[in-house]
Amino acid sequence: MNRFIGFLKKEFYHIFRDKRSMLILFGMPIVQIMLFGYVINTDLKDVKMAVLDHSKDEYTAEIINKITSSGYFQLSNNLKSIEQADVIFRKGDVKLILVFEPDFGKKLVKNSKANVQILTDASDPNTANLEVSYLQGILQNYNVEINQDKQLPSSIQANSRMYFNANLESVFMFIPGIMATILMLVSAMMTSISIAREKELGTMEILLVSPLNPLQIILGKVTPYLALSFINALVIVGMGYFVFGVPVLGSFTLLMAESVLFIFLALSIGIFISTVAKSQQVAMMLSMFVLMLPTIILSGFIFPIRNMPVPLQVISYIIPPKYFIVILKNIMLKGVGLEYVWKETLILLAMTFGFIGLSLKKFKIRLQ
Amino acid sequence: MNKDVKVIKVKNLCKKFGDFTANNNLSFEVSKGEIFGFLGANGAGKTTAIKILCGLSYPTSGEISVAGFDVYKQREQLKRNIGYMSQKFSLYEDLTVFENIRFYGGIYGLSKEVIHRKADDLLKKLDLQHARNKRISSLPLGWKQKLAFSVAIFHDPEIVFLDEPTGGVDPVTRRQFWDLIYEASREGITIFVTTHYMDEAEYCDRVSIMVDGKIEALDTPAKLKEDFNAVDMDQVFLALARTATNVE
Ligand SMILES: Nc1ncnc2c1ncn2[C@@H]1O[C@H](COP(=O)(O)OP(=O)(O)OP(=O)(O)O)[C@@H](O)[C@H]1O
Ligand SMILES: [Mg+2]
Repeated sequence: MNRFIGFLKKEFYHIFRDKRSMLILFGMPIVQIMLFGYVINTDLKDVKMAVLDHSKDEYTAEIINKITSSGYFQLSNNLKSIEQADVIFRKGDVKLILVFEPDFGKKLVKNSKANVQILTDASDPNTANLEVSYLQGILQNYNVEINQDKQLPSSIQANSRMYFNANLESVFMFIPGIMATILMLVSAMMTSISIAREKELGTMEILLVSPLNPLQIILGKVTPYLALSFINALVIVGMGYFVFGVPVLGSFTLLMAESVLFIFLALSIGIFISTVAKSQQVAMMLSMFVLMLPTIILSGFIFPIRNMPVPLQVISYIIPPKYFIVILKNIMLKGVGLEYVWKETLILLAMTFGFIGLSLKKFKIRLQ
Repeated sequence: MNKDVKVIKVKNLCKKFGDFTANNNLSFEVSKGEIFGFLGANGAGKTTAIKILCGLSYPTSGEISVAGFDVYKQREQLKRNIGYMSQKFSLYEDLTVFENIRFYGGIYGLSKEVIHRKADDLLKKLDLQHARNKRISSLPLGWKQKLAFSVAIFHDPEIVFLDEPTGGVDPVTRRQFWDLIYEASREGITIFVTTHYMDEAEYCDRVSIMVDGKIEALDTPAKLKEDFNAVDMDQVFLALARTATNVE
C-alpha cells in the first residue's frame, strides 16, 4: 500500500509540474463551457415530427403536406391525445409535435384566426429553436398563400413551447458534449501520453524490472487520472448548474455512476493506445485523430448526428462518447432513469471490457 | 569476489526475433562480487541478453538462473534481488533528486526511515547534498549518471545490471563512475556491465566479447590480451569484430 501511495505521489508531481497537463486539466473545461454559445448549428434535414390533429380538415391536411414536402421535416406519428407526447419525446426519435386545435379550419374561415402549437424536445434546445423558426416560416408562407388564393383574411397563430423545460437555454445541450470531450481528453489522451512518456524515457523498463507487477504499474498510472477526471465531471456539472442553471433532472448518483463508467472506458482506451504507441508524439497523434476529432465531430456534440451524411452516421455508432452523451442528456435534461439508458450503458460496459482485453493481449505478446 | 558462489548461471541461452537470432547459444557463469564486462559491437545482442537476465523478456530457450532464481518461474523473487540501469537514462527529470530516490526506494518496499537515512548517506557520498531538492533536469549529465547508478543499487541488490552506463560521459566522470562500481563490488554486489569503451573493459575482472549474437571470447582482460597477442583490449576487440557479418 505504501508503495502504491509513493507511486501516486510521483504521478501527481508529474501532472502538477507540467504546464500543458495543468492547462488541459483545469483550463480546458472552463474555456470550453464559456465558448459554448458561439458554436453555430447547421441546417435541418428530415426532422421527425408527430402531429396531434384535433381538427382533421382540409386546412390542417394541407399544412401538414406543406411541412413534410419542405424536406426539413418528416411525419412519423399521428397522435391521439396530448398524453402521448411524454412517451414519444422520451423515446427520443421525434423532435417536435404539431398540435392543431379543434375546428382549426372552421375557425380559420369564420374567425380568420386559428391556433397551432409547436412542442419541441427541450433536451436539444439549439436545434429546437431552429426547428421552430423553420416551421413558423412555412406556416407564414401558407398564410400568405391562402390570403391571396382563397381571399381569406386569415392568420394562423403559431406558438411554440419547449417540452420538459419551459425556459431552456442553448447551453444545455453543450454540457453533455463538453463533459464527454473533457473526460475523454483527460482520461484517454493524458493517460496514454503519460504511459508512452515512461516508455520513451526508458523509465518503464525500470518499473518493470522492479518488484511492482504490470497491473500495479498500470493502476498507479491511471488512478490519478481517474480522480482528476471525476473532479472534472463534478466541476462541469457544477458550473452548468450554478453558472448557467443547467438542471440535473434525473438521479445525480446515476449521473456520476455513468460518468465513472465512461471514465473507465476512456482510461482503457488510453491504456490500449499506449500499448500501441512507443512515443508521446504517437500517443498524442493517435488520441487526437482517433479520439478527440471523432468525439467532437461525430458524437453529436456540435453537429446533430441526423444532419450528417449516412456514412458518417454509421461511423458515429462506434464512437463511445455518442452513447455517453445520449445517457447524459437523458439523465440531466429528461430526468429519466436507468430503464431508459440501460442499452447505452451496456454498450459502454462492453466497450470497456473490449479495450481492457485487447490491451492485455497486446501486453502478453510484448513480453514474449 | 567469491568464486565458489555463482550468482548468474546461463546455459545455452537463445533468443530469436522471428528468423533473426539475437542471442545464439550463450553459456557463462558469473561469481558473486565479480565485475563482469559484457562487450560487443552495436547490435551484437547485449541489451537483448540483459533484458532476459532481468526478467524483462523471456528467452526462446536455455536454462538461466539469476541470484539463484529461475528466469521463467521465479521472476518475482528475481526482481527483488537485482538492480538495473538501462541504456536510456532513467531518472525522472521533473522530480527532484530526493523525490527520485524516495520513489525508487519506495517501489522496492523500503521504509520511510531507511530511505531517509540511506538518502542522506548517499547524497553525502556523492557530494550532492546541495542538490537534494533540485530537479534532475538541472543537473549535469555526469551527476545524473552517478545518481542513476546509486539509485539502481539503493535497495542493496545482489546483482546490478548496467547497460552502457557511461555512454556520452567525459573521461573524468567515467573514472569517478568506475570508482562507484568498485565500491559496490567491494560491498559484495555483483556487477554485470556492458560498454563500448575498451579502456573500461580493462577495469573488469572478466569480460565476454559477443559477435553477432555469439560469445567469441570470455576471460580476464590479461588472459585475452595474451591469447590475442594484443597490447590492449581495443586490439582484442578489433580482432574479433573483424569476424562480424552484421555490423551496423
Ligand atoms: N524486439 C525486437 N524485435 C526484433 N529485433 C530485435 C528486437 N530487439 C532487438 N532486436 C535486434 O537484435 C539485435 C541485437 O540488439 P541489442 O539491442 O541486443 O544489441 P546491443 O548489443 O545492445 O546493441 P547496442 O550496443 O546498440 O545497444 C539487433 O540487430 C536488434 O535489431
Ligand atoms: Mg544495447
